[in-house]
Amino acid sequence: MATTEAQDQIIEEFAILDGDQEMMNFYIVELGQKMELLGEEYMIDDNLVKGCQSKVWLKSELTGDKVKYLADSNTAITKGLVSLLIRVFSGQTPEDIISTEIYFPEKIGMSRFIGTQRSNGFLAMIKQMKLEAIAYRVVLENQN
Amino acid sequence: MIQASVLDIKEIRTQFPILQEEVNGKRLVYFDNAATTQKPNAVLKALEEYYHHKNANIHRGIHTLAEKATTAFEETRKRVKSFINATEAEEIIFTKGTTESINLVASSYGRKFLKAGDEVIISTMEHHSNIVPWQMICEEKGAILKVIPVNDNGELLLEEYENLLSEKTRIVSVVYASNSLGTINPVKTIIKKAHEYSAVVLLDGAQATAHLDIDVQDLDADFYALSAHKMYGPTGVGVLYGKRDLLEKMPPYQGGGEMIKDVSFEKTTYNDIPYKFEAGTPNIADVVGFKYAMDFVDEIGKPNIHAHEMAVYDYAVEKMEEIPGFQPVGIALKKVSVLSFLIDGIHPFDIGQMLDARGVAVRTGHHCTQPLMDRYGIEGTARASFSIYNTKDEVDVMVDALKRIINFIK
Repeated sequence: MATTEAQDQIIEEFAILDGDQEMMNFYIVELGQKMELLGEEYMIDDNLVKGCQSKVWLKSELTGDKVKYLADSNTAITKGLVSLLIRVFSGQTPEDIISTEIYFPEKIGMSRFIGTQRSNGFLAMIKQMKLEAIAYRVVLENQN
Repeated sequence: MIQASVLDIKEIRTQFPILQEEVNGKRLVYFDNAATTQKPNAVLKALEEYYHHKNANIHRGIHTLAEKATTAFEETRKRVKSFINATEAEEIIFTKGTTESINLVASSYGRKFLKAGDEVIISTMEHHSNIVPWQMICEEKGAILKVIPVNDNGELLLEEYENLLSEKTRIVSVVYASNSLGTINPVKTIIKKAHEYSAVVLLDGAQATAHLDIDVQDLDADFYALSAHKMYGPTGVGVLYGKRDLLEKMPPYQGGGEMIKDVSFEKTTYNDIPYKFEAGTPNIADVVGFKYAMDFVDEIGKPNIHAHEMAVYDYAVEKMEEIPGFQPVGIALKKVSVLSFLIDGIHPFDIGQMLDARGVAVRTGHHCTQPLMDRYGIEGTARASFSIYNTKDEVDVMVDALKRIINFIK
Protein backbone atom coordinates (compact mmCIF):
# COMPACT_ATOMS: atom_id res chain seq x y z
CA MET A 1 0.00 0.00 0.00
CA ALA A 2 1.33 3.42 -0.90
CA THR A 3 1.81 5.98 1.86
CA THR A 4 -1.00 8.14 0.45
CA GLU A 5 -3.36 5.20 0.36
CA ALA A 6 -2.67 4.44 4.03
CA GLN A 7 -3.25 8.05 4.96
CA ASP A 8 -6.50 8.25 3.01
CA GLN A 9 -7.69 5.11 4.75
CA ILE A 10 -6.99 6.65 8.16
CA ILE A 11 -8.90 9.79 7.16
CA GLU A 12 -11.84 7.65 6.08
CA GLU A 13 -11.88 5.70 9.35
CA PHE A 14 -11.84 8.83 11.45
CA ALA A 15 -14.56 10.47 9.35
CA ILE A 16 -17.02 7.89 10.73
CA LEU A 17 -16.38 9.25 14.26
CA ASP A 18 -17.78 12.59 13.13
CA GLY A 19 -15.44 14.73 15.20
CA ASP A 20 -16.52 13.25 18.55
CA GLN A 21 -13.45 13.87 20.68
CA GLU A 22 -14.05 11.08 23.12
CA MET A 23 -14.69 8.52 20.38
CA MET A 24 -11.53 9.65 18.62
CA ASN A 25 -9.53 9.24 21.81
CA PHE A 26 -10.96 5.79 22.41
CA TYR A 27 -10.36 4.76 18.80
CA ILE A 28 -6.74 5.93 18.96
CA VAL A 29 -6.24 4.00 22.20
CA GLU A 30 -7.73 0.92 20.57
CA LEU A 31 -5.35 1.21 17.61
CA GLY A 32 -2.46 1.41 20.05
CA GLN A 33 -3.66 -1.68 21.88
CA LYS A 34 -3.68 -3.63 18.61
CA MET A 35 -0.24 -2.46 17.50
CA GLU A 36 2.65 -4.88 17.29
CA LEU A 37 4.85 -3.73 20.16
CA LEU A 38 8.53 -3.29 20.49
CA GLY A 39 10.06 -5.89 22.81
CA GLU A 40 10.74 -4.73 26.34
CA GLU A 41 14.47 -5.15 25.81
CA TYR A 42 14.34 -2.28 23.29
CA MET A 43 12.57 0.12 25.65
CA ILE A 44 15.84 1.80 26.52
CA ASP A 45 16.86 5.44 26.58
CA ASP A 46 18.76 5.12 23.29
CA ASN A 47 15.47 4.36 21.53
CA LEU A 48 13.51 7.22 23.07
CA VAL A 49 12.16 9.80 20.64
CA LYS A 50 13.43 13.19 21.72
CA GLY A 51 10.87 15.97 21.97
CA CYS A 52 7.90 13.90 23.13
CA GLN A 53 6.38 14.74 26.49
CA SER A 54 5.38 11.15 27.07
CA LYS A 55 7.87 8.39 26.47
CA VAL A 56 7.99 6.89 23.00
CA TRP A 57 10.44 4.17 22.11
CA LEU A 58 11.03 3.61 18.42
CA LYS A 59 13.10 1.03 16.59
CA SER A 60 13.46 0.23 12.94
CA GLU A 61 15.06 -2.39 10.75
CA LEU A 62 15.76 -2.77 7.06
CA THR A 63 14.53 -5.96 5.39
CA GLY A 64 15.48 -6.06 1.72
CA ASP A 65 14.77 -2.52 0.61
CA LYS A 66 11.86 -1.96 3.04
CA VAL A 67 11.91 -0.33 6.48
CA LYS A 68 9.97 -1.83 9.37
CA TYR A 69 9.18 0.27 12.43
CA LEU A 70 8.19 -0.93 15.88
CA ALA A 71 7.28 1.32 18.79
CA ASP A 72 5.80 1.53 22.25
CA SER A 73 4.82 4.32 24.61
CA ASN A 74 4.02 4.75 28.28
CA THR A 75 0.77 6.50 27.43
CA ALA A 76 -2.15 4.87 25.67
CA ILE A 77 -3.03 7.77 23.38
CA THR A 78 0.55 8.29 22.23
CA LYS A 79 0.83 4.59 21.53
CA GLY A 80 -2.17 4.93 19.23
CA LEU A 81 -0.72 8.00 17.55
CA VAL A 82 2.57 6.30 16.78
CA SER A 83 0.65 3.29 15.46
CA LEU A 84 -0.92 5.57 12.84
CA LEU A 85 2.50 6.68 11.65
CA ILE A 86 3.72 3.11 11.55
CA ARG A 87 0.74 2.23 9.38
CA VAL A 88 1.85 4.88 6.92
CA PHE A 89 5.61 4.34 6.99
CA SER A 90 6.26 0.71 7.86
CA GLY A 91 6.92 -1.55 4.88
CA GLN A 92 7.90 1.35 2.61
CA THR A 93 11.26 2.02 0.98
CA PRO A 94 13.49 4.66 2.57
CA GLU A 95 12.96 6.85 -0.50
CA ASP A 96 9.17 6.69 -0.16
CA ILE A 97 9.33 7.43 3.56
CA ILE A 98 11.58 10.43 3.05
CA SER A 99 9.42 11.90 0.30
CA THR A 100 6.08 11.27 2.04
CA GLU A 101 4.23 14.33 3.20
CA ILE A 102 2.14 13.55 6.26
CA TYR A 103 -1.27 15.19 5.79
CA PHE A 104 -3.69 12.94 7.66
CA PRO A 105 -3.43 14.59 11.15
CA GLU A 106 -4.89 17.85 9.91
CA LYS A 107 -7.62 16.09 7.93
CA ILE A 108 -8.80 14.14 10.97
CA GLY A 109 -8.70 17.27 13.15
CA MET A 110 -5.85 15.88 15.15
CA SER A 111 -3.86 19.07 15.63
CA ARG A 112 -6.97 20.45 17.32
CA PHE A 113 -7.57 17.69 19.80
CA ILE A 114 -4.09 16.46 20.51
CA GLY A 115 -2.94 19.81 21.86
CA THR A 116 0.22 21.70 21.14
CA GLN A 117 2.55 19.68 23.32
CA ARG A 118 1.38 16.40 21.84
CA SER A 119 1.45 17.84 18.31
CA ASN A 120 5.08 18.76 18.77
CA GLY A 121 5.78 15.28 20.03
CA PHE A 122 4.00 13.95 16.97
CA LEU A 123 6.29 15.99 14.72
CA ALA A 124 9.26 14.63 16.65
CA MET A 125 8.09 11.08 15.90
CA ILE A 126 7.80 11.84 12.17
CA LYS A 127 11.24 13.45 12.18
CA GLN A 128 12.80 10.47 13.92
CA MET A 129 11.22 7.99 11.51
CA LYS A 130 12.42 9.99 8.52
CA LEU A 131 15.92 10.32 9.96
CA GLU A 132 16.15 6.57 10.27
CA ALA A 133 14.93 6.20 6.67
CA ILE A 134 17.70 8.58 5.53
CA ALA A 135 20.26 6.36 7.27
CA TYR A 136 18.86 3.28 5.50
CA ARG A 137 18.97 5.07 2.14
CA VAL A 138 22.69 5.52 2.67
CA VAL A 139 23.02 1.82 3.53
CA LEU A 140 21.18 0.86 0.35
CA GLU A 141 23.23 3.27 -1.79
CA ASN A 142 26.43 1.74 -0.44
CA GLN A 143 25.17 -1.74 -1.27
CA ASN A 144 24.52 -0.82 -4.92
CA MET B 1 -18.09 39.06 54.88
CA ILE B 2 -21.02 36.71 54.35
CA GLN B 3 -21.73 33.45 56.17
CA ALA B 4 -20.40 30.25 54.55
CA SER B 5 -23.77 28.59 55.04
CA VAL B 6 -25.47 31.15 52.84
CA LEU B 7 -22.85 31.24 50.09
CA ASP B 8 -24.70 31.33 46.81
CA ILE B 9 -22.33 29.47 44.51
CA LYS B 10 -24.77 29.75 41.62
CA GLU B 11 -24.66 33.52 41.92
CA ILE B 12 -20.87 33.50 42.28
CA ARG B 13 -20.63 31.43 39.09
CA THR B 14 -22.56 34.08 37.18
CA GLN B 15 -19.71 36.47 37.93
CA PHE B 16 -17.35 34.30 35.86
CA PRO B 17 -18.41 34.51 32.21
CA ILE B 18 -15.87 31.89 31.08
CA LEU B 19 -17.74 29.20 33.05
CA GLN B 20 -20.43 29.39 30.37
CA GLU B 21 -17.98 28.15 27.75
CA GLU B 22 -18.39 24.81 26.08
CA VAL B 23 -15.37 22.60 25.54
CA ASN B 24 -15.62 19.83 22.98
CA GLY B 25 -19.38 20.26 22.99
CA LYS B 26 -19.58 19.81 26.77
CA ARG B 27 -20.05 22.33 29.55
CA LEU B 28 -16.64 23.44 30.82
CA VAL B 29 -15.64 21.96 34.17
CA TYR B 30 -12.61 23.96 35.20
CA PHE B 31 -10.49 22.10 37.74
CA ASP B 32 -7.13 23.68 36.91
CA ASN B 33 -7.34 26.44 39.47
CA ALA B 34 -3.95 25.79 41.03
CA ALA B 35 -2.45 26.73 37.67
CA THR B 36 -4.58 29.84 37.31
CA THR B 37 -8.06 30.81 38.45
CA GLN B 38 -10.72 32.33 36.23
CA LYS B 39 -11.48 36.04 36.52
CA PRO B 40 -14.72 37.61 37.80
CA ASN B 41 -16.57 40.36 35.95
CA ALA B 42 -15.33 42.99 38.39
CA VAL B 43 -11.72 42.33 37.32
CA LEU B 44 -12.59 42.17 33.63
CA LYS B 45 -14.52 45.42 33.88
CA ALA B 46 -11.69 47.13 35.74
CA LEU B 47 -9.27 46.26 32.92
CA GLU B 48 -11.63 47.65 30.31
CA GLU B 49 -12.39 50.69 32.41
CA TYR B 50 -8.69 51.39 32.87
CA TYR B 51 -7.94 51.38 29.14
CA HIS B 52 -11.12 53.29 28.33
CA HIS B 53 -10.76 56.03 30.89
CA LYS B 54 -7.44 56.08 32.76
CA ASN B 55 -4.61 54.81 30.62
CA ALA B 56 -1.37 56.80 30.97
CA ASN B 57 2.10 56.11 32.23
CA ILE B 58 2.32 56.45 35.97
CA HIS B 59 4.25 58.49 38.55
CA ARG B 60 5.98 61.17 36.47
CA GLY B 61 3.12 62.72 34.53
CA ILE B 62 1.42 65.91 35.65
CA HIS B 63 -1.59 65.60 33.41
CA THR B 64 -4.96 64.34 34.61
CA LEU B 65 -4.81 60.86 33.08
CA ALA B 66 -1.36 60.22 34.54
CA GLU B 67 -2.76 61.25 37.90
CA LYS B 68 -5.74 58.91 37.54
CA ALA B 69 -3.56 56.00 36.45
CA THR B 70 -1.07 56.60 39.26
CA THR B 71 -3.82 56.82 41.86
CA ALA B 72 -5.42 53.58 40.66
CA PHE B 73 -2.05 51.82 40.61
CA GLU B 74 -1.12 52.99 44.10
CA GLU B 75 -4.60 52.09 45.38
CA THR B 76 -3.79 48.46 44.60
CA ARG B 77 -0.55 48.73 46.56
CA LYS B 78 -2.49 49.93 49.59
CA ARG B 79 -5.03 47.18 49.02
CA VAL B 80 -2.29 44.52 49.01
CA LYS B 81 -0.90 46.01 52.21
CA SER B 82 -4.21 45.45 53.99
CA PHE B 83 -4.82 42.12 52.23
CA ILE B 84 -1.67 40.56 53.70
CA ASN B 85 -1.46 42.94 56.68
CA ALA B 86 1.90 44.47 55.88
CA THR B 87 3.01 47.34 58.11
CA GLU B 88 3.24 49.86 55.29
CA ALA B 89 2.43 50.11 51.59
CA GLU B 90 6.11 50.77 50.75
CA GLU B 91 6.84 47.16 51.64
CA ILE B 92 4.74 46.02 48.67
CA ILE B 93 6.70 45.63 45.45
CA PHE B 94 4.95 44.77 42.21
CA THR B 95 6.57 42.09 40.09
CA LYS B 96 5.28 39.99 37.25
CA GLY B 97 4.60 37.01 39.47
CA THR B 98 5.81 34.80 42.30
CA THR B 99 8.69 33.57 40.17
CA GLU B 100 10.03 37.06 39.67
CA SER B 101 9.49 37.90 43.34
CA ILE B 102 11.65 34.95 44.39
CA ASN B 103 14.26 35.75 41.76
CA LEU B 104 14.37 39.31 43.05
CA VAL B 105 15.20 38.17 46.58
CA ALA B 106 17.70 35.53 45.42
CA SER B 107 19.47 37.99 43.11
CA SER B 108 19.40 41.04 45.33
CA TYR B 109 19.43 39.81 48.92
CA GLY B 110 21.25 36.60 48.02
CA ARG B 111 23.95 38.31 46.02
CA LYS B 112 24.63 40.85 48.76
CA PHE B 113 24.43 38.67 51.84
CA LEU B 114 25.41 35.13 50.84
CA LYS B 115 29.03 34.10 50.96
CA ALA B 116 30.94 30.86 50.43
CA GLY B 117 29.94 28.17 52.92
CA ASP B 118 26.63 29.83 53.85
CA GLU B 119 23.52 27.69 53.66
CA VAL B 120 20.10 28.18 52.10
CA ILE B 121 17.28 25.84 53.11
CA ILE B 122 14.38 24.95 50.85
CA SER B 123 12.08 21.90 50.90
CA THR B 124 11.46 18.85 48.73
CA MET B 125 8.00 20.11 47.77
CA GLU B 126 9.15 23.39 46.24
CA HIS B 127 8.05 24.55 42.82
CA HIS B 128 10.97 24.87 40.41
CA SER B 129 10.66 28.63 40.84
CA ASN B 130 11.67 28.24 44.48
CA ILE B 131 14.54 25.87 43.66
CA VAL B 132 16.33 27.15 40.58
CA PRO B 133 16.88 30.80 41.68
CA TRP B 134 18.53 29.49 44.86
CA GLN B 135 20.64 26.97 42.96
CA MET B 136 21.82 29.78 40.69
CA ILE B 137 22.80 32.14 43.48
CA CYS B 138 24.31 29.35 45.61
CA GLU B 139 26.46 28.29 42.69
CA GLU B 140 27.57 31.86 42.12
CA LYS B 141 28.43 32.51 45.77
CA GLY B 142 29.69 29.05 46.76
CA ALA B 143 26.79 28.67 49.18
CA ILE B 144 25.13 25.34 49.92
CA LEU B 145 21.53 24.40 49.27
CA LYS B 146 19.91 22.14 51.89
CA VAL B 147 16.57 20.44 51.45
CA ILE B 148 13.91 19.61 54.06
CA PRO B 149 12.56 16.10 53.34
CA VAL B 150 8.87 15.13 53.25
CA ASN B 151 7.06 12.06 54.57
CA ASP B 152 4.85 9.72 52.53
CA ASN B 153 1.74 11.79 53.29
CA GLY B 154 3.34 14.90 51.86
CA GLU B 155 4.23 16.69 55.09
CA LEU B 156 7.55 18.34 55.87
CA LEU B 157 9.71 16.58 58.43
CA LEU B 158 10.14 19.36 60.95
CA GLU B 159 12.71 17.50 63.04
CA GLU B 160 14.88 17.17 59.96
CA TYR B 161 14.41 20.87 59.33
CA GLU B 162 15.64 21.68 62.81
CA ASN B 163 18.67 19.49 62.19
CA LEU B 164 19.45 21.40 59.00
CA LEU B 165 19.32 24.79 60.74
CA SER B 166 22.63 26.12 61.97
CA GLU B 167 24.69 29.26 62.35
CA LYS B 168 25.48 28.89 58.65
CA THR B 169 21.82 29.19 57.62
CA ARG B 170 21.22 32.56 55.96
CA ILE B 171 17.97 32.05 54.09
CA VAL B 172 15.03 29.67 54.40
CA SER B 173 12.64 29.69 51.45
CA VAL B 174 9.60 27.43 51.62
CA VAL B 175 6.20 27.08 50.09
CA TYR B 176 3.18 27.96 52.26
CA ALA B 177 0.80 25.59 50.40
CA SER B 178 2.11 23.04 47.91
CA ASN B 179 0.85 23.30 44.34
CA SER B 180 1.32 19.57 43.74
CA LEU B 181 0.11 18.11 47.03
CA GLY B 182 -2.01 20.82 48.58
CA THR B 183 -0.13 20.52 51.88
CA ILE B 184 -0.32 23.58 54.12
CA ASN B 185 3.06 23.86 55.79
CA PRO B 186 3.50 25.02 59.41
CA VAL B 187 5.20 28.18 58.23
CA LYS B 188 4.87 30.09 61.48
CA THR B 189 6.93 27.44 63.24
CA ILE B 190 9.39 27.29 60.35
CA ILE B 191 9.90 31.05 60.55
CA LYS B 192 10.28 31.06 64.33
CA LYS B 193 12.95 28.35 64.18
CA ALA B 194 14.83 30.12 61.38
CA HIS B 195 14.81 33.38 63.29
CA GLU B 196 16.49 31.66 66.24
CA TYR B 197 19.48 31.37 63.89
CA SER B 198 19.01 34.90 62.50
CA ALA B 199 18.14 33.49 59.08
CA VAL B 200 15.60 35.33 56.93
CA VAL B 201 12.55 33.48 55.61
CA LEU B 202 10.80 33.82 52.28
CA LEU B 203 7.36 32.28 51.89
CA ASP B 204 6.17 31.23 48.46
CA GLY B 205 2.51 32.17 48.81
CA ALA B 206 1.49 31.47 45.20
CA GLN B 207 -1.00 28.77 46.20
CA ALA B 208 -1.84 29.76 49.75
CA THR B 209 -2.93 33.34 49.22
CA ALA B 210 -6.21 32.52 47.47
CA HIS B 211 -7.33 30.18 50.25
CA LEU B 212 -5.86 31.28 53.58
CA ASP B 213 -5.92 34.50 55.57
CA ILE B 214 -2.46 35.97 55.23
CA ASP B 215 -0.96 38.10 57.97
CA VAL B 216 2.72 38.67 57.27
CA GLN B 217 3.19 40.42 60.60
CA ASP B 218 1.66 37.62 62.60
CA LEU B 219 3.70 35.09 60.61
CA ASP B 220 6.75 37.32 61.04
CA ALA B 221 7.67 36.51 57.42
CA ASP B 222 10.66 38.43 56.11
CA PHE B 223 9.58 38.05 52.49
CA TYR B 224 6.29 36.90 51.01
CA ALA B 225 5.73 36.22 47.31
CA LEU B 226 2.38 35.87 45.56
CA SER B 227 0.79 35.90 42.11
CA ALA B 228 -2.42 37.78 41.29
CA HIS B 229 -3.56 35.31 38.64
CA LYS B 230 -3.88 32.45 41.12
CA MET B 231 -6.37 34.48 43.15
CA TYR B 232 -8.85 35.70 40.51
CA GLY B 233 -6.61 38.56 39.36
CA PRO B 234 -4.93 39.20 36.01
CA THR B 235 -1.86 37.35 34.78
CA GLY B 236 1.48 39.13 34.79
CA VAL B 237 1.16 40.66 38.26
CA GLY B 238 2.88 39.46 41.36
CA VAL B 239 3.88 40.88 44.69
CA LEU B 240 6.98 40.75 46.77
CA TYR B 241 6.41 41.78 50.34
CA GLY B 242 9.56 42.46 52.31
CA LYS B 243 10.21 43.99 55.70
CA ARG B 244 11.31 47.59 55.26
CA ASP B 245 14.71 47.22 56.91
CA LEU B 246 15.56 44.27 54.67
CA LEU B 247 14.36 45.94 51.47
CA GLU B 248 16.34 49.06 52.31
CA LYS B 249 19.53 47.05 52.74
CA MET B 250 19.08 45.31 49.39
CA PRO B 251 20.59 46.60 46.14
CA PRO B 252 18.26 47.14 43.15
CA TYR B 253 17.33 44.08 41.12
CA GLN B 254 17.14 45.79 37.73
CA GLY B 255 18.26 49.18 36.53
CA GLY B 256 16.20 51.61 34.48
CA GLY B 257 13.61 54.31 34.81
CA GLU B 258 11.53 54.77 37.97
CA MET B 259 14.10 53.09 40.24
CA ILE B 260 16.45 56.08 40.34
CA LYS B 261 16.69 59.38 42.21
CA ASP B 262 19.37 61.00 40.07
CA VAL B 263 21.31 59.73 37.12
CA SER B 264 24.60 61.08 35.83
CA PHE B 265 27.37 59.28 34.02
CA GLU B 266 29.49 59.59 37.13
CA LYS B 267 27.02 58.32 39.70
CA THR B 268 23.43 57.22 39.97
CA THR B 269 21.48 57.32 43.20
CA TYR B 270 18.56 55.01 43.72
CA ASN B 271 14.98 55.72 44.56
CA ASP B 272 13.37 54.70 47.86
CA ILE B 273 11.41 51.49 48.29
CA PRO B 274 9.23 50.26 46.69
CA TYR B 275 10.26 52.13 43.51
CA LYS B 276 13.89 51.04 43.84
CA PHE B 277 12.70 47.58 42.81
CA GLU B 278 10.24 48.63 40.11
CA ALA B 279 12.41 49.57 37.14
CA GLY B 280 10.59 50.41 33.94
CA THR B 281 6.91 50.86 33.20
CA PRO B 282 5.04 48.26 35.23
CA ASN B 283 2.01 46.23 34.19
CA ILE B 284 -0.27 49.09 35.17
CA ALA B 285 -3.65 47.88 33.91
CA ASP B 286 -3.31 44.45 35.45
CA VAL B 287 -2.11 45.86 38.76
CA VAL B 288 -5.19 48.11 38.75
CA GLY B 289 -7.41 45.08 37.99
CA PHE B 290 -5.81 43.09 40.80
CA LYS B 291 -7.43 45.31 43.42
CA TYR B 292 -10.85 44.08 42.30
CA ALA B 293 -9.75 40.47 42.70
CA MET B 294 -8.84 41.16 46.32
CA ASP B 295 -12.19 42.91 46.83
CA PHE B 296 -13.92 39.87 45.35
CA VAL B 297 -12.07 37.53 47.73
CA ASP B 298 -12.68 39.65 50.81
CA GLU B 299 -16.34 40.10 50.03
CA ILE B 300 -16.84 36.34 50.22
CA GLY B 301 -14.22 35.93 52.93
CA LYS B 302 -11.30 33.53 52.79
CA PRO B 303 -12.56 31.24 55.57
CA ASN B 304 -15.76 30.83 53.54
CA ILE B 305 -13.82 30.24 50.33
CA HIS B 306 -11.58 27.67 52.00
CA ALA B 307 -14.55 25.93 53.65
CA HIS B 308 -16.44 25.66 50.35
CA GLU B 309 -13.40 24.46 48.42
CA MET B 310 -12.60 21.83 51.03
CA ALA B 311 -16.21 20.62 50.99
CA VAL B 312 -15.84 20.08 47.23
CA TYR B 313 -12.43 18.48 47.80
CA ASP B 314 -13.72 16.10 50.48
CA TYR B 315 -16.62 15.13 48.25
CA ALA B 316 -14.21 14.51 45.36
CA VAL B 317 -11.97 12.26 47.48
CA GLU B 318 -15.02 10.33 48.67
CA LYS B 319 -16.34 9.84 45.12
CA MET B 320 -12.94 9.00 43.70
CA GLU B 321 -12.61 6.17 46.22
CA GLU B 322 -15.24 4.42 44.08
CA ILE B 323 -12.79 4.35 41.20
CA PRO B 324 -10.72 1.17 41.07
CA GLY B 325 -7.00 1.91 41.31
CA PHE B 326 -7.49 5.49 42.57
CA GLN B 327 -4.48 6.66 44.51
CA PRO B 328 -4.31 10.16 45.99
CA VAL B 329 -0.85 11.74 46.10
CA GLY B 330 -0.54 14.04 49.11
CA ILE B 331 -2.77 13.29 52.06
CA ALA B 332 -1.46 15.77 54.60
CA LEU B 333 -3.69 16.62 57.53
CA LYS B 334 -3.82 20.29 56.62
CA LYS B 335 -4.51 20.95 52.98
CA VAL B 336 -5.82 23.38 50.42
CA SER B 337 -8.15 22.05 47.74
CA VAL B 338 -5.60 20.32 45.51
CA LEU B 339 -6.31 16.70 44.61
CA SER B 340 -3.32 15.07 42.95
CA PHE B 341 -3.96 11.50 41.95
CA LEU B 342 -2.96 8.45 39.99
CA ILE B 343 -5.09 5.66 38.62
CA ASP B 344 -3.42 2.29 38.36
CA GLY B 345 -2.56 1.37 34.81
CA ILE B 346 -3.52 4.69 33.22
CA HIS B 347 -0.94 7.36 32.53
CA PRO B 348 -1.86 10.85 33.82
CA PHE B 349 -1.50 12.26 30.28
CA ASP B 350 -4.19 9.88 29.07
CA ILE B 351 -6.42 10.87 31.98
CA GLY B 352 -5.98 14.56 31.18
CA GLN B 353 -6.53 14.09 27.47
CA MET B 354 -9.62 11.98 27.92
CA LEU B 355 -11.15 14.20 30.60
CA ASP B 356 -10.73 17.13 28.23
CA ALA B 357 -12.91 15.32 25.70
CA ARG B 358 -15.67 15.50 28.35
CA GLY B 359 -15.02 19.20 28.98
CA VAL B 360 -13.09 18.64 32.22
CA ALA B 361 -9.87 20.64 32.57
CA VAL B 362 -7.26 19.12 34.91
CA ARG B 363 -3.51 19.43 34.86
CA THR B 364 -1.18 16.52 34.28
CA GLY B 365 2.55 16.10 34.64
CA HIS B 366 5.12 17.01 37.26
CA HIS B 367 3.54 20.39 38.07
CA CYS B 368 7.01 22.00 38.04
CA THR B 369 7.98 19.95 41.08
CA GLN B 370 10.22 17.27 39.58
CA PRO B 371 12.27 16.62 42.76
CA LEU B 372 9.01 15.99 44.62
CA MET B 373 7.84 13.54 41.94
CA ASP B 374 11.23 11.81 42.22
CA ARG B 375 10.69 11.55 45.99
CA TYR B 376 7.52 9.56 45.33
CA GLY B 377 9.07 7.63 42.46
CA ILE B 378 6.53 8.89 39.95
CA GLU B 379 6.75 10.91 36.73
CA GLY B 380 3.74 13.02 37.49
CA THR B 381 0.10 13.04 38.54
CA ALA B 382 -3.26 14.20 37.33
CA ARG B 383 -4.34 17.15 39.45
CA ALA B 384 -7.80 18.54 40.06
CA SER B 385 -7.75 21.78 42.04
CA PHE B 386 -10.95 23.40 43.23
CA SER B 387 -11.99 27.00 43.54
CA ILE B 388 -14.91 28.98 44.95
CA TYR B 389 -16.99 28.50 41.78
CA ASN B 390 -16.65 24.71 41.62
CA THR B 391 -19.48 22.42 42.66
CA LYS B 392 -20.10 18.85 43.70
CA ASP B 393 -22.07 18.39 40.47
CA GLU B 394 -18.90 19.16 38.56
CA VAL B 395 -17.05 16.55 40.60
CA ASP B 396 -19.71 14.06 39.51
CA VAL B 397 -19.01 14.94 35.87
CA MET B 398 -15.30 14.23 36.40
CA VAL B 399 -15.88 10.99 38.29
CA ASP B 400 -18.33 9.73 35.66
CA ALA B 401 -15.84 10.59 32.92
CA LEU B 402 -13.07 8.76 34.79
CA LYS B 403 -15.27 5.68 35.14
CA ARG B 404 -15.92 5.70 31.38
CA ILE B 405 -12.19 5.95 30.73
CA ILE B 406 -11.42 3.07 33.04
CA ASN B 407 -14.13 0.89 31.57
CA PHE B 408 -12.73 1.56 28.16
CA ILE B 409 -9.03 1.16 28.84
CA LYS B 410 -9.09 -1.77 31.25
